[in-house]
Amino acid sequence: MNHWPFVIAAYGLTGLGSVGVVLWSYIAMRKAEKAAGSLERDR
Amino acid sequence: MHAYANPARFLKIARPLTPVFLLAGVVLVLFGSFAGLFMTPPDYLQGDSVRIMYIHVPAAWLGMGGWSGIAIASIVQLVWRHPLAGVAGRAIAVPGALFTAICLITGSIWGRPTWGTWWEWDGRMTSMLVLLFLYIGYVALANASDERTSVSRATAIFGIVGAVNLPIINRSVVWWNSLHQKSSITIKGSTIAPELLWPLAPTVVGFTLLFAAVVLMRMRANLAEAKLEARMRRMAAA
Repeated sequence: MNHWPFVIAAYGLTGLGSVGVVLWSYIAMRKAEKAAGSLERDR
Repeated sequence: MHAYANPARFLKIARPLTPVFLLAGVVLVLFGSFAGLFMTPPDYLQGDSVRIMYIHVPAAWLGMGGWSGIAIASIVQLVWRHPLAGVAGRAIAVPGALFTAICLITGSIWGRPTWGTWWEWDGRMTSMLVLLFLYIGYVALANASDERTSVSRATAIFGIVGAVNLPIINRSVVWWNSLHQKSSITIKGSTIAPELLWPLAPTVVGFTLLFAAVVLMRMRANLAEAKLEARMRRMAAA
């Protein structure tokens, strides 16, 4: 049995999951900090 | 510990640490994955499927380490009422659940060519699946509360009680017959050949740093949202 399709699937899923959670967290952080920062400036 | 109870003091440390953890994590994960895929020989029994180990083991470590973090944060919240403990528990839950799911999926993909089956209801796999359900329950409970800067007492107690599953996962391959091999790496040493083992160090450290960066980013987002909500409430009350 050729094991490489299994290896590629495992690495692909891990890559997608890791990049997804990093991007999601980064965008949420930037958005929240930007909103909180603009609030500070308006005070 | 209470010296860091002030969110402003925490943010002063978290802001420079986030990009450092993120960058170092990405570099180590890419290097370790490249080494695991192209610089190590195939295993004499498992063939090329052994390369899945370099992502499966860090995912298992982070799934279990994440819940350990939640349990510690829950104790700190209940005993010392540390204002950041709930934020930390909340921030750990989603990446913890993700890496537990990655552990289960990559283990299943590894199992098909190695054991001839995608899934077996044995102690190790079932207890790891229970951990994923515990994470989902924790996220649901934490989100049921409107409070951003903390989690409810019930959520914190759930975080502590759920930790009972961690020793079960760890000892499952000893207590019950399992397709899963016994612990290959212990404090006494490793049963894995050194030429196969070495890329595991950069992927374990790299994924741990990525996890830490994600937790810091989620804590920062929660603190900023809490600040915004508090301001909105004050404006509505005025």
